[in-house]
Amino acid sequence: MASLKKHKSQEMGLHDEVLTGRTQQVFFNPEESENFFYHDAYDVDFNKRTEIDANNLDCREINDKIKNMMSKGYGTIVIKNPGSKHSVGVGILNKLNLIVDGSLGYFGIGSVDGPTVRISGRVGWSCAENMMAGKVVVEKNAGSCFGAAIRGGDLICKGSVGARSGIDMKGGTIIVGGDAGAFTGFMMQRGRIVILGDVGPNLGDSLYDGTIFVGGDIKSLGADAVEAEMTDLDVAWLKRKLKVSEIDKKVDFKKMTKIVSGKKLWNYDNLEPTERKGAI
Amino acid sequence: MCGIAGIIHKGKSTNVGGEMQKMLQSLKHRGPDSTGYALYGDGESNNYILRFKVGENVKEGSSAIMEDASIYEARKDEVNKKIEEAGAKIHKQAQITPYSFRYVISYKGGDLLDLAKLIESVEMTEILSLGKSLELIKDIGDATVVADNYGLNKFNGTHGIGHTRMATESGVDIRSAHPYWAYPFSDVSVVHNGQLTNYWNNRRTLEKKGMRFMSSCDSELIAVYLADKIRSGVELKDAMRGSLEDLDGVFTYLVATKDKLGMAKDHMAAKPMVLYESKDLVALASEEVAIRTVLPKEIDTYDPYEGEVKVWQA
Repeated sequence: MASLKKHKSQEMGLHDEVLTGRTQQVFFNPEESENFFYHDAYDVDFNKRTEIDANNLDCREINDKIKNMMSKGYGTIVIKNPGSKHSVGVGILNKLNLIVDGSLGYFGIGSVDGPTVRISGRVGWSCAENMMAGKVVVEKNAGSCFGAAIRGGDLICKGSVGARSGIDMKGGTIIVGGDAGAFTGFMMQRGRIVILGDVGPNLGDSLYDGTIFVGGDIKSLGADAVEAEMTDLDVAWLKRKLKVSEIDKKVDFKKMTKIVSGKKLWNYDNLEPTERKGAI
Repeated sequence: MCGIAGIIHKGKSTNVGGEMQKMLQSLKHRGPDSTGYALYGDGESNNYILRFKVGENVKEGSSAIMEDASIYEARKDEVNKKIEEAGAKIHKQAQITPYSFRYVISYKGGDLLDLAKLIESVEMTEILSLGKSLELIKDIGDATVVADNYGLNKFNGTHGIGHTRMATESGVDIRSAHPYWAYPFSDVSVVHNGQLTNYWNNRRTLEKKGMRFMSSCDSELIAVYLADKIRSGVELKDAMRGSLEDLDGVFTYLVATKDKLGMAKDHMAAKPMVLYESKDLVALASEEVAIRTVLPKEIDTYDPYEGEVKVWQA
């Protein structure tokens, strides 16, 4: 069994899982200073609030309006009548308090880095795909590929999610209050998934790394996924994260099942600079 | 990609043609090549409604072979003779487009297969549907174009399914468009989104059993598969469950009968389906935007899971 050398990131609770026979991890130095700059990132004031009525707008017009409002310093934006439209709220690269008063279609809140988003309805496929940092809370259900390829941030669905949640996930946390479908955590490479309900077949199939916690029944494990022992650190982390997720559900954390990769995989394990930023 | 949609009202007849037109038009981006409707109306007492075509739509973008339109009239006369030859009687006949027709017929014969075979013996003739409440309409163009051309916006009924097609594995023509009638069973239709990878194995097996295929579209296999099971006395829901084991690939499909609407999703759950259910109706579609066209309010929807089969009663 490979043992991890103690590092500050572990003390912070970022990496606590027991790795069994896997490749060497190279952790970043949290003290390291880095300067990131995005062209379309704005300084906004959370106290400046505005509303966008999306009723007769297409997704491009809605996203243009969000950008325009952010450029004027609005830090709290409410989208009314989103009507399950696709690709709404994508590419937001700064802090923002975005409130979606309704449901979104596919690819909502994709490729974001920093905003806090609340969606009072449901989301379609691939919500928050490629998210780097921020927090997205979905009050109702979500479609498949929830949090596909996210690299950081917290993605929370209070209802149930479809198949392949956390597919290709490279960091961050996904928390689901209800059930999840087949192939949850498929090809997951880092980060954590917490499912409080039941999970469908092939959980963690082709899992490279990362940890999946399940509160309910697991239909079956996928290739490369193995059960691991819950630690006190896991329980402490779960308690903290569940508080952040605002899911009002009594959970016996010690009875949750922990799933990790049981296979040794090479040369995927260096953190990317953007992931470092998300983790910091 | 393709888009599929369906709606069923529980115990109520309404403007289901208009509803399906709105739902399918909102899915145009998923399939711009052709649109099809399977609508379940109030019927014509004990008579059958026969929808058939004697040629293809050869407008720009079609992959069908150009024909002189004058031949359609001769084919229609030939069909009329075949109907009489089968012992059926034509009560009403309407020419909807130069190549497609809607008849109301009575048929006292035992097996619809005999009647269907005779009609389809006429060159280029294909029965789109033959049922007591089903009317199956499909053509090249988006949902609005097809609904306008066939007068579907005023169609009343309890339920319907429909399809917007992006042609990937067969031609842009009516015969490759969905829905498919589960020949020769009256009032059974299917729409499908996905790919079937064991199409030829299943097709050969079913053809050996005498089942007929009109296209090389993999989606037709589902209709024929279900027809074969129903012919063997298998209940619809059980036949659908069996399809999840026997058909390989990624797929979500809808099936409708005279008074039921069902959905099935394969074990990979790779094709989308969003579902809304209330005490009055069930609406399903590849995307929630389609459901919102008939229910323009905040609604609770969900994605059915892998391997799920559901059937609802009108």
